[in-house]
Amino acid sequence: MLETPNGYSMDKSGRRIVIDPVTRIEGHMRCEINVDDQGVIRNAVSTGTMWRGLEVILKGRDPRDAWAFTERICGVCTGTHALTSVRAVEDALGIQIPDNANSIRNIMQLNLEIHDHIVHFYHLHALDWVNPINALRADPKATSELQQMVSPAHPLSSPGYFRDVQNRLKKFVESGQLGIFKNGYWDNPAYKMPPEADLMATTHYLEALDLQKDIVKIHTIFGGKNPHPNWLVGGVPCPINMDSVGATGAINMERLNLASSIIDRCIEFNNNVYIPDVIAIGNFYRTWLHGGGLSSQACLAYGDIPENANDFSTENLHLPRGAIINGNLNEVHDVDVRDPEQVQEFVDHSWYTYGEPGRGLHPWDGISEAQYELGPNAKGTRTNIKELDEAAKYSWIKAPRWRGHAMETGPLARYVVGYAKGHEDIKDQVDGLLRTMDLPFEAIFSTLGRTAARALESEYCGRLQKYFFDKLVTNIKNGDTHTANVEKWDPKTWPKEAKGVGMTEAPRGSLGHWIRIKDGRIENYQCVVPTTWNGSPRDAQGNIGAFEASLMNTPMERPDEPVEVLRTLHSFDPCLACSTHVMSPDGDELTTVRVR
Amino acid sequence: MESCNLYLTAGAKLAVSQPGKMEDPVASQTNPENILVMGIGNLLWADEGFGVRCVEHLSQNWAVPPNVHLLDGGTQGLYLLPFLEAADALIVFDAVDYGIEPGTMKLVEDDEVPAFMGAKKMSLHQTGFQEVIATAQLLGRCPDRLFLIGVQPVELEDFGGGLRPLTASRVQPSVQIAVEKLREWGVQVQPGQTVAHDLADPSLTRDAYEGGRPSEDVACRTGDDRFFPAKV
Repeated sequence: MLETPNGYSMDKSGRRIVIDPVTRIEGHMRCEINVDDQGVIRNAVSTGTMWRGLEVILKGRDPRDAWAFTERICGVCTGTHALTSVRAVEDALGIQIPDNANSIRNIMQLNLEIHDHIVHFYHLHALDWVNPINALRADPKATSELQQMVSPAHPLSSPGYFRDVQNRLKKFVESGQLGIFKNGYWDNPAYKMPPEADLMATTHYLEALDLQKDIVKIHTIFGGKNPHPNWLVGGVPCPINMDSVGATGAINMERLNLASSIIDRCIEFNNNVYIPDVIAIGNFYRTWLHGGGLSSQACLAYGDIPENANDFSTENLHLPRGAIINGNLNEVHDVDVRDPEQVQEFVDHSWYTYGEPGRGLHPWDGISEAQYELGPNAKGTRTNIKELDEAAKYSWIKAPRWRGHAMETGPLARYVVGYAKGHEDIKDQVDGLLRTMDLPFEAIFSTLGRTAARALESEYCGRLQKYFFDKLVTNIKNGDTHTANVEKWDPKTWPKEAKGVGMTEAPRGSLGHWIRIKDGRIENYQCVVPTTWNGSPRDAQGNIGAFEASLMNTPMERPDEPVEVLRTLHSFDPCLACSTHVMSPDGDELTTVRVR
Repeated sequence: MESCNLYLTAGAKLAVSQPGKMEDPVASQTNPENILVMGIGNLLWADEGFGVRCVEHLSQNWAVPPNVHLLDGGTQGLYLLPFLEAADALIVFDAVDYGIEPGTMKLVEDDEVPAFMGAKKMSLHQTGFQEVIATAQLLGRCPDRLFLIGVQPVELEDFGGGLRPLTASRVQPSVQIAVEKLREWGVQVQPGQTVAHDLADPSLTRDAYEGGRPSEDVACRTGDDRFFPAKV
């Protein structure tokens, strides 16, 4: 038994289970747990299995192009990396963007939050709670009644509608194309909903598919194209010309009207479908309040969505900024990502070396010198690890810490910080949800709380999106069509050396890019991504990271079918989509599941 | 499933897989109206950029009419659904690990395509794209015709790297095959260029990307033995 400074008792005497997703995009993750004879998780080890250094590809390149590269490092959140990158370059070079660019960037970033949250819930996470195979046994009439009770405002609720969906589903499953629904543990008792609730949620999965196709059009309207929208250091690359016509080219009335209707549809979906579903599903799982991990102890948010252009002060941000440590919600610390004492990365349990133990480096001074070695108690070989030794180095993810504390980041962290700061919109939403569900405040510190915070945030982001859309239209009506500032486009206008930082709240958490520019070229580029915070290994003091903490003390119905592990890991929306192998103790592959 | 190996003029080995389903005589006579030609994969991972480079090459060397949409699909999943739904026919370029000799090209049609894309759990985008096809099928809006032009990659584990020479030599023949398929579908394809908005940013075109790579001395490329076995 080992006590960690952040309050966990780690016991690795029980059976070890390895859950290993192997893919090649950033943030690849493997998880090992020990369960006791009651099937309760008593030790958790989260590891990133892939080396990835952005400095490897960006060194010596033009800083004005960095966004295009960073847009490709991740298969999920393209735009948020691009935005962080242009902000970092603008910060380094002192470039001020126009008001319209600020509104458009906010609309794009909020769009990404909403799209990601909806897609995450319905397409990646819902299957941890919802059983689409069970939905085949539902009574369409009873489903219709359930739908009308859960969300009276949602028009798609007739028995015939649910019967049609059920038939479509039946046909799909019978054709043997289980496809998107394969690899589920559909007979696991961890699934607790009646067939009607499963059918209702599966139906909304299809409705969300249709909606998400429209949501992404906003990226095409303002970013010129999708899935890889254009970005620009100094503003946004789309001109505004209200006299033009057509669906491509400059922003015009026709395109603004399309954007406006999509924004309204999202608001409607969040209110009538997404939030009611989370409440309905949550009610069936209301006693399953595991997975809170660090959320009640240590939360970090950089904040985002500036009201006024070029002002990243805490008061100017709609998504809250702050840090909570030691579980003290009465004190929210301000966060300064430039301060070398605040954000630091440690590598004592990571496969890197800083030359001396216990050393933390601020990202501006970040180095990534690999030191791949397994601990004395690891099992397997260097190329085929059966079991990691978490007492030694065990991950390619560094351990970022805020003033030495392991932190959770993401929607729940943002909502805990916002709530603690008395952010009115957030407080109203959280209190309202808890009242509706008749749950105490502490209930938000859970896997379900993380899932609910994401839904509430999607709704809040929808309102903010409408706000910035109106702000943009008003500004244009007042005659301002300026979208880019190219005064410092020419590298000749730049200082010989410069450094900057860009921050965003990505859908899955706080994202920062730190850049150093020398002679017009990138000298060093470091990204600390949300999954690095959440998926971090232990640090020199032995503090465990957010993924690890969230798994601790969770009981499993069937340890060989890690529904509960996936449910909690998925609730963080880790930045990866991968095939996961569940290994038996002797290393045989038992089955394959998917982890995102 | 029948397979045979052919040799292309460029010396590329070609494995052809016949579609498993019966030819529909009506469908085979109707030419598709809207065609999507897409490259998928992550261009930051060496040969995984193959698909994206093929579409780039096609746009630089051939003029296609507006009903043929050229798209860099990257590693995106559901973002690609709207493009799929708008198409009657789809041509996909991709580096796929078939476990065969590197550089071997493989052509797969229609019903066989999803299975082939998932033959090996290799990368994010294949899981993603297989899922996109399955999702389009669930919605009843998958293109009627699918044509996959795949190549067995030489090297994937080189973050920041470009196409290996053998893989690069398969780009032109792959594009040629796509052109022939388009012509078979009644499309007028002429030598020339196509201005396509949905391709990679200029800083990521093959020449700019590969030419601008920092040297290994400047930016270390080694790491985990599991992924960099040559560096033990």
